[in-house]
Amino acid sequence: MSSPHSQSDSPLDAGFRGRLRARLDRRTSSPADGLSPAEAARGRRRSKQRRRMTNVAGLMAALVLTGVGYSALAPANAADEDSDIQASAVVEGQALYENSCITCHGSNLEGVENRGPSLIGVGEAAVYFQVHTGRMPLVRQEAQAAQKPAVFTDEEIDQLMAYVQANGGGPTLPSGDLRAGDVAEGGELFRLNCSQCHNFTGQGGALSSGKAAPSLHDANDLEIYTAMLSGPENMPVFGDNQITPEQKRAIVNYVQTMGAQADPGGAGIGRAGPVSEGLVIWTVGIGALLFGVFWMGTKA
Amino acid sequence: MATSTAPQSSPARPAPPKSLAARAAYQVDDRLIVAGPLRRTLNKVFPDHWSFLLGEIALYSFVVLLLSGTYLTFFYDASMREVVYEGAYAPLRGVEMSAAYESTLGISFDVRGGLILRQIHHWAALLFMASIVVHLLRIFFTGAFRRPRETNWYIGVVLLILGLVEGFAGYSLPDDLLSGTGLRIASAIMLAIPVIGTWVYFAVFNGDYPGEFIIGRLYILHVLIVPAIILALIAAHLLILVKQKHTQFPGPGRTEHNVVGSRLFPAFAAKGGALFFIVFGLLAALGGLVQINPIWLFGPYNPAQVSAGSQPDWYIGFLDGSSRLMPAWDIELPGDYNIPAIFWPTLVAAGAMFAVLALYPVIERRLTGDTASHHLLQRPRDVPVRTSLGAMALSFYIVLLISGGNDLIADKFDISLNAMTWIGRIGCIVVPPVAYVLTYRICLGLQRHDREVLEHGIETGVIRRLPSGEFIEVHQPLGPVDEHGHGQLAYGGAPVPKRMNQVGGARRAVKGFFSPLEEPSQVALEDARGRALTEGADQPELTGSGRPSDGGRPSEGGRPSEGGRPQEPRD
Repeated sequence: MSSPHSQSDSPLDAGFRGRLRARLDRRTSSPADGLSPAEAARGRRRSKQRRRMTNVAGLMAALVLTGVGYSALAPANAADEDSDIQASAVVEGQALYENSCITCHGSNLEGVENRGPSLIGVGEAAVYFQVHTGRMPLVRQEAQAAQKPAVFTDEEIDQLMAYVQANGGGPTLPSGDLRAGDVAEGGELFRLNCSQCHNFTGQGGALSSGKAAPSLHDANDLEIYTAMLSGPENMPVFGDNQITPEQKRAIVNYVQTMGAQADPGGAGIGRAGPVSEGLVIWTVGIGALLFGVFWMGTKA
Repeated sequence: MATSTAPQSSPARPAPPKSLAARAAYQVDDRLIVAGPLRRTLNKVFPDHWSFLLGEIALYSFVVLLLSGTYLTFFYDASMREVVYEGAYAPLRGVEMSAAYESTLGISFDVRGGLILRQIHHWAALLFMASIVVHLLRIFFTGAFRRPRETNWYIGVVLLILGLVEGFAGYSLPDDLLSGTGLRIASAIMLAIPVIGTWVYFAVFNGDYPGEFIIGRLYILHVLIVPAIILALIAAHLLILVKQKHTQFPGPGRTEHNVVGSRLFPAFAAKGGALFFIVFGLLAALGGLVQINPIWLFGPYNPAQVSAGSQPDWYIGFLDGSSRLMPAWDIELPGDYNIPAIFWPTLVAAGAMFAVLALYPVIERRLTGDTASHHLLQRPRDVPVRTSLGAMALSFYIVLLISGGNDLIADKFDISLNAMTWIGRIGCIVVPPVAYVLTYRICLGLQRHDREVLEHGIETGVIRRLPSGEFIEVHQPLGPVDEHGHGQLAYGGAPVPKRMNQVGGARRAVKGFFSPLEEPSQVALEDARGRALTEGADQPELTGSGRPSDGGRPSEGGRPSEGGRPQEPRD
């Protein structure tokens, strides 16, 4: 509990003390040169200088004292509470990690060869996506992690996110309205960047060797966003330099708008395009008509 | 035409009729002299078998296509001019697109009745092609293409190919991302043609792909040229049919020189009209209830974009499948030339498949040496080689068709896409021969069963125990039997009854399709009365035990209700 506290506080402390030391150095070094009792004016000037210097030194000392006192008392308490929660989340996350993830990702998140990649630097976005969609923890090694009901609660996911974020950092979760973007622009971006694998409106599609791009229709906003951010499984990373956060929000808006949109033409038949249409014409269409002509034949 | 005897023929012109309608008709005939030909036409006899209506489904879908397509032309703009969409569909507002795509969106969302007509049109196109295929299968498997009907077979194959072209052109017109991808593939196929490929490509697109002309060209092809040719060929198809008369299945009273069935007017006209409404009703229901080609989901075409799950309509699917199965075998030629792998599974495969299909009547004539004219159809089982060849071709086609959607199958059924590709590759080689052998054995089995029933009679399901303790099943002979109890009827190419209720062994069916229109007990009563009337009468086919001692015509036995004596075992 105390170790992460000191860890997180220490850079702040070091900076402050360093600055203080530098100022003290300046104070002690400046009056060290020549003390010749030559002229009164000079001496007056010097005493004036010294007075001014002591004033400055006193002011500095007061400032330092106030600063140190302040940092030692009030803000330190507040930071403690905050980072206590943070720290306990990290510790809890570590416990969860060591129960469920350590086999494949290693005891220091460094990854295990042929089992799991290093998690250093993947950030909480990746943890959120993988764990919230149930892909992690993995059931078995196969072409790609299958989506399943999430194993961890939202609170546990937060703890895991804190633990991974604390060890190497990486992309963090976005905040604000994730659908704050133009849906038409999102559509253009989706067709340009996503539809190669996820199909026209996110129905998903097959990739090579048993891999697949999943359907996006049951994904929540944050999952879509963090997927773009972290590039899970076979998906490329779409960093904020490639697709800006605003564009990501437009894409999320497009996917969710399309998912929620009713089919104006009737039954959507999976929105899978001509294959399901062909299936319908052969089964329903030709089926019904064969029945019809057969019926007419029996009436002859 | 057995039943087409005209009720009267007029040697002398009768006096002008009295009623208004008749007088009008008389005036018309007086000027045009159409009564004779019209009467002959109206008396044309159509066979009653249901399978003769399959081609009509295609005809009626074509009528629906013409009607719905005409409406669509009122609002469609075949231009690739760039516009910014400002229409009713919010998720595309502000997006740049071609005028063709914009007007199709307009038809879907702004034109009254536009969406349902678009959908009816597209469903009708799918049905048109599907019913052509089903009709073709009927013609093929029953041998209806044999002399003298080869011409109609050729016309039919050309109609099938034109249907593919027409469908592909129509599919491309909305200029959406899906159809644009299809057009891109078509352009690649053109480029793959050796020697002339590049010129063909530049001629078709008037420059590089996509250019600004292709939609306009496809449009005129789709709404004028191809439909006009199809219409002319359909007319020729039907005229030749009328001239040559229908084929028919063999059966009682049916010969090579007559046609048994209903006259065009009124019976067949009523049937045809009814079928038209069934087809129209089905297409309207599909158009209204099932979404097809939702171009607003696909987005406007942009050559930089391509989506997963881009497929052609089902009738082009077999070519997509063959392309997916083809290994990437480019042939490198000296001097920077090459033949891309795509050339073989598309142009060569399609060319070969349609060539074999078109030439099949010639091939069969060569192989069998049968050059006689045939008007009686064959049951598929009676020509096992042709039936098996057909099954072989069909299974090959189906493997290709399934492979055309293999990514969706892989995705939905959690199969590796690579596995699906290999299933298709191995399947298109292994499945056809297996289908051939299986079909051949099934045909022979069915043939033998026909002969067995003719020889030994129908299995009644009644088991008798003989005094010796042996159990036998009572068989119902279909006709007179010889001294061994064997039937003497020869197989005539017609269906052989195989169940007792096909020869009146059960009481007649209660009328009513969905719910009984008459009281079942009344039917039972009537049946019992009828049976009592015929009791003791000469009813050889229905009651014969086939025992030689009875001369094959015993008066009892056969039916358990009559408590007949046990039969002698036969054979």
